[in-house]
Amino acid sequence: MSAPASAAYLCEGCGLGERLDVDALAAIAEREQKMDLVRRHPLLCSQEGVAQIHADIAAGVTQIAIAACSRRAKTEAFHFPEAAVARANLREGVVWVRPAGDPAREATQEMAADYLRMACAEVRRMKVPAGNPDRAECRRVLVVGGGVSGLSAALAVARAGYEATIVEKSSALGGWAAKLHRRVPDREPFRDPVPTGIETLIAEVEAHPSIRVHRNATVAKTAGAPGRFTVEIASEDGALVSETVGAIVQATGFTPYDATKLVEYGYGRSPDIVDQAGLEALARAAAGGPIRRPSDGQPVRTVVFVQCAGQRDASGRHLPYCSGHCCATSIKQAMYFKDADPSVNAIVLYSDLRVPGSGEDFYRSAQAKGVTFVKGSVAEVTEERRVRFRDLILAEESEIEADLVVLATGQVPNAGVDIDTVAQDEPGQWKRESRSVLNLVYRQGKDLPQLAHGFADSHFICFPYETRRTGIYAAGPVRRPMDIAQAVEDATGAALKAIQAIENARSGRAVHPRAGDLSYPIVRLDGCTQCKRCTVECPFGAIDEDEKRYPLFNESRCRRCGTCMGACPVRVISFENYSVETVGAQIKAVEIPDESEDKPRVLVLACENDAYPALDMAGFARRSYSPYVRVVPVRCLGSVNAIWVTDALNAGWDGVALVGCKHGADYQCHFVKGSELAQYRMGKIEDTLKQLALEKERVVTFEAAITDVERLPQRLDEYVRTIVETIGLSPMKGFG
Amino acid sequence: MGAADLDPAARARYGTDFLREVEERVEEGQWVKMCMQCGVCAGSCPFGPHWEHSPQKIFMMIRAGEREAVLRSDAMWMCTSCYNCVVRCPRKLPITQIMHGLASYAERLGLAPKMQPTRRWSLLFWHNCTRTGRVNELRLTLGLYFMGGFVAGLKKAWAMRRIGFGLLRAGRLNPFELLRGHECRDKAGIRRMLAKAYELEAKRRGFTN
Repeated sequence: MSAPASAAYLCEGCGLGERLDVDALAAIAEREQKMDLVRRHPLLCSQEGVAQIHADIAAGVTQIAIAACSRRAKTEAFHFPEAAVARANLREGVVWVRPAGDPAREATQEMAADYLRMACAEVRRMKVPAGNPDRAECRRVLVVGGGVSGLSAALAVARAGYEATIVEKSSALGGWAAKLHRRVPDREPFRDPVPTGIETLIAEVEAHPSIRVHRNATVAKTAGAPGRFTVEIASEDGALVSETVGAIVQATGFTPYDATKLVEYGYGRSPDIVDQAGLEALARAAAGGPIRRPSDGQPVRTVVFVQCAGQRDASGRHLPYCSGHCCATSIKQAMYFKDADPSVNAIVLYSDLRVPGSGEDFYRSAQAKGVTFVKGSVAEVTEERRVRFRDLILAEESEIEADLVVLATGQVPNAGVDIDTVAQDEPGQWKRESRSVLNLVYRQGKDLPQLAHGFADSHFICFPYETRRTGIYAAGPVRRPMDIAQAVEDATGAALKAIQAIENARSGRAVHPRAGDLSYPIVRLDGCTQCKRCTVECPFGAIDEDEKRYPLFNESRCRRCGTCMGACPVRVISFENYSVETVGAQIKAVEIPDESEDKPRVLVLACENDAYPALDMAGFARRSYSPYVRVVPVRCLGSVNAIWVTDALNAGWDGVALVGCKHGADYQCHFVKGSELAQYRMGKIEDTLKQLALEKERVVTFEAAITDVERLPQRLDEYVRTIVETIGLSPMKGFG
Repeated sequence: MGAADLDPAARARYGTDFLREVEERVEEGQWVKMCMQCGVCAGSCPFGPHWEHSPQKIFMMIRAGEREAVLRSDAMWMCTSCYNCVVRCPRKLPITQIMHGLASYAERLGLAPKMQPTRRWSLLFWHNCTRTGRVNELRLTLGLYFMGGFVAGLKKAWAMRRIGFGLLRAGRLNPFELLRGHECRDKAGIRRMLAKAYELEAKRRGFTN
């Protein structure tokens, strides 16, 4: 007899032994599932239990099914990188969500038996992932933009022992920060404006041996993938330099909103009406002395700051969003006047003063210095600098005669071209676009996708620096409006992300959110029909097209969500340990009771990031739910291939529920588009259901967040009830 | 700067003159600029709907330079010193004290609303207790009853007669107090003390009258 290759381990700890008939389970593993080796252990995660598994692996076991707790528990004990491992969730998924006692025993045992069958069936089709072959090592990070964000990112990279290249469009480093007189304080006591410190930052960057700086330069072309991007840097004089970089940080910052569009506020009609950048220039010219009016050089006696000028605009003519920094900036600028001469009347007209964090202390300091704050909405600023506004507290129209008016305009991101509206190049027909920041040679477009209001992509809710282009990280005001302190923090975060990307690209592992995953999409090209669904639907632009129009996978750009696998109509895309077969086998392994037994079976394909943990937590809370559901964790709802649904229905399952994250503009999907695509695809499955003469309610999609510990079990229970009471059991049983 | 040379017409709207005047001359007035206009005081005031201006509005009017309107407002006189606003103010402003400070400043300038009942009652109390150094409750009560006129006073006294007789029987009301009540031994000393306090305050706040 040859050495055993597959093994099933049944744990009897955590109450499993008392609540379940482990003998029966062992018999299933051995006789029905034909596992070469079946072992039971009173506490499998103990040193002794784990040592046993290691010993078996050493003796040649390659496929391991562990019937114990959730795959999310005991991950360190059950870490066997040399073998393919599947977990049957008998603890959180069965005994913890089932009432104890005899009446429930039969259904609970059936549940456990099915999960064991699923794990055995799954593991037989799994391989140990070998790691992505698209490996490259390059320890250099390209930083696009030489402002505070870019400089901070480059310095963070260099300090961590990596190298950086800065590409700056203008002739000088420092960006907007170098044009400021002072900055808003970022540390105790938050009382006075402080020096920007930008000269020190620039000097440090210029002196650092690991940082290369290209001034008067832009990025003409970016091709490749994490670990092996090739970037062409074009200088103003026409010279073209090529560099290889491992990752990219886009810190291209912002442009102040064009104040000439603010006709009602008189910008451009009087030199004494300036924007915040204009006031900084005046303050620098005054160098600590009294700030003078540009028109006649007289000292300013009354200065009015108009907040939200061309921002938070509901009319659609100006920026709809709040730029976040401008309240604190106006407070700082009002202090320029008050600190030089306390008798100057500095008035801030605001509708909501927003000074997040310690900005509140700064605001208080300005009040103590005598800056007047008036809650009002400004209707008009005349050429003669009369500010007409409505006082929102006193509910009356008012007017102030000012010597100088400062408009707090917002930040407009420098995010390059909007790839959703600009036509894309045909494969092989790539052309440089001067408005583009990165000039990516990607099928999906030349720049980062834009999230909202023209800001560069960012996984807002969970992972701020992550964009949909792997290895390219957005930092600073190009990603969302922000001030210097936030930009520094952002840049540091993005720099560390870039380093992670470099390290993972070197070792053939996935980056966030499946960081360290060695599996990667494998495509069987001879079966490909060139339908392009994978290239179009990949949320991360990982798949280009080659000259023959076949998909060209850039594995190190891939996040391993499996959306391509879910998209493929001919099922030629798979991962070594996650494929159409591994899940399909689980669906087929479940024993479907006869119609006469009145025991429905509902397949739950649950997102492993949110829905599955929520169900695990329901287990922790001992929240019981229907014993008729069988939950299969999926990497993302986007990876759900329609064949699983049709297979399940054909096999006599009574219903299929896809549980994933919130989608839409305020999505919570780790993979951005996965849950949305699943929703869309399941909308199309109605035809299939019609062909099978099945009700459309047999396939449903739910949104669930990780916090839906109560709600998700409730919804599953409701769904099972609907199937039993309204739709009835599937007529397909017994044919599968 | 005397009150006389503060010409209201010369004040610019949203200028700093009146705010500065309040800071110099009103008790706790230096706190007014620290108000952040959240409106918690206005929402906390049990008298909210019954007076002309909430503390929030009064503070805004001070910033707007609306001197006349502030000092002639009945708001400060309606304050019952419940201290709800002080307890709740996120900026820890002594709002009750500022309101009383504004009331007494308005009174000093002769701008307080003449017929405002709380103002009249306050004056009644003040004169009653400073005359002899002790409060004469009977006179104070009758003064309050007859504040609205002779007939109104009789009506009020008639309505309260049972309580009055009850107090009389219990020995808590002495009708002879009407003629001459309890007095401090050193009345002159009390008056001198008050005059000195008045002088000190005037000096500190720069009052000339």
